[in-house]
Amino acid sequence: MSVTSIDTPAPAVFRTPMSAEGLAEKVSVRSLDFYYGGHQALKDINVSLYENKVTAFIGPSGCGKSTLLRVLNRMYDLYPNQRATGHVTLDNEDILAGAQDLNLLRAKVGMVFQKPTPFPMSIYENIAFGIRLYEKMPKSELDDRVKRCLERAALWDEVKDKIDANGLSLSGGQQQRLCIARTVAVRPEVILLDEPCSALDPISTAKIEELIDELKEDYTIAIVTHNMQQAARVSDFTAFMYLGELVEFGDTTRIFTSPNDRRTQDYITGRFG
Amino acid sequence: MALYDTRRRRNHVAIGLSIAATVFGLTWLVLILTVLLWNGLGGLTLAVFTEMTPPPGSAGGLLNPIVGSLLMTFIAVLIGTPLGILAGTYMAEYGRYDKLTTVVRFINDILLSAPSIVIGLFVYEVMVLQMGHFSGWAGAVALAVIVVPVVVRTTEDMLILVPDTLREAAASIGLPRALMIRKVAYRAARAGMVTGVLLAIARISGETAPLLFTALNNQFWSTDMNAPVSSLPVVIFQFALSPYDDWQQLAWTGALIITMAVLALSIIARLLAAQRKSS
Repeated sequence: MSVTSIDTPAPAVFRTPMSAEGLAEKVSVRSLDFYYGGHQALKDINVSLYENKVTAFIGPSGCGKSTLLRVLNRMYDLYPNQRATGHVTLDNEDILAGAQDLNLLRAKVGMVFQKPTPFPMSIYENIAFGIRLYEKMPKSELDDRVKRCLERAALWDEVKDKIDANGLSLSGGQQQRLCIARTVAVRPEVILLDEPCSALDPISTAKIEELIDELKEDYTIAIVTHNMQQAARVSDFTAFMYLGELVEFGDTTRIFTSPNDRRTQDYITGRFG
Repeated sequence: MALYDTRRRRNHVAIGLSIAATVFGLTWLVLILTVLLWNGLGGLTLAVFTEMTPPPGSAGGLLNPIVGSLLMTFIAVLIGTPLGILAGTYMAEYGRYDKLTTVVRFINDILLSAPSIVIGLFVYEVMVLQMGHFSGWAGAVALAVIVVPVVVRTTEDMLILVPDTLREAAASIGLPRALMIRKVAYRAARAGMVTGVLLAIARISGETAPLLFTALNNQFWSTDMNAPVSSLPVVIFQFALSPYDDWQQLAWTGALIITMAVLALSIIARLLAAQRKSS
């Protein structure tokens, strides 16, 4: 066939989105392939996270969004038979290199999961635990840090009277904000959010979205979401993924108003996925 | 409708059989406990806890076997628990996907169901014969060999129940693996792991066979672990087989004490397990 069909995948070269000109590239992913054993889950991914911007990853289930996120902090390293090839850099340092210290990387690239995962300890300890890992400070200063992290996650007012209660006693939305506070506490540079609102009610979701908007002042954020309105609301850039490929990456407004690829258009208009 | 009626009838039959089986099992349990209480309670006096085992025909108690049992159980748990927890931790956390773990688990399961008399003979061979005499140490080691597989099993099972998301969450703030295990996984699995240790104690407190070949028995007060040490199960065994009424009475009372102690441990283990579920 000589005529290129409209469904042919776009050539895998990375084009900087229009409004990203001049922005600092915090994380850069080039020619990334990822394998679960013999199964290739990511194919030649090229994408960038820009400093103090929110990048959303959308696409149907199983398209590799979460897998991509788990490469960025090497979470996949916890399991056998999972490997990534290609180049992923954080501040121009290759994080896939063997010499990379995983604990330091993960302290720099924090992650919030789909299901809230408070540690089985008090609210205070949930936050203080991470801080003590990397910093030594007097109790009064620690108290202050814990308070500021909880404030940052818009949770302080709700928990200040029961700071010693078990973190698991909070509601789902509160637990998720506790997890965000815990992530913020170790002073990361990048925050990965893996469907952070999919287990939450609309009010908690709105709170978390507001929070994302505030957090991007200090952090570079990547969010995986199934909710396209959410992607449109919170993100500056959007990447659409399908069957392990990155189909399209660009400014959120452009992706949602005039996508280049037919598959992106079909997905955001709800024709599949 | 015919199909539905058949299913209903089968359902009734199955429930009936299940209830019958439960009643059958419980009957023996209740009978055993009743006979034990009936025969044991009469002899349960303060003297049982304050006096030594008597020669036939004179008054006495069970102080030396009670203390001997406590001592050997304590040391066995002291030896067996750390070994079991470390092995279980390796299997669940570090080597979960290794072939070695599958092999260790298989061998551990064999050890778990090994007849305790075999363990007694083994320790007799490697300790009693080498040392030249029976001793409390040998008894404690034999009991420890029984403790280890129980603790390995429960530790591994409880750690595997800790969701991977919690491990990932710990990793996501840059927590090294060792700290993740100690501060997060152990904490999440604590109630279950303690339950495992309690069940191991319950299991060894009634063991007779391994002690017959190792700690033997001692009619006098002795806490010297290098010498033969008395224990409740062995004294019960000896006294129950004797023709003397007062010895038989002491055997009943000893059996009652062990049963009550095991019952108490089981109840505590249950309560801990319930607490784990609700938290």
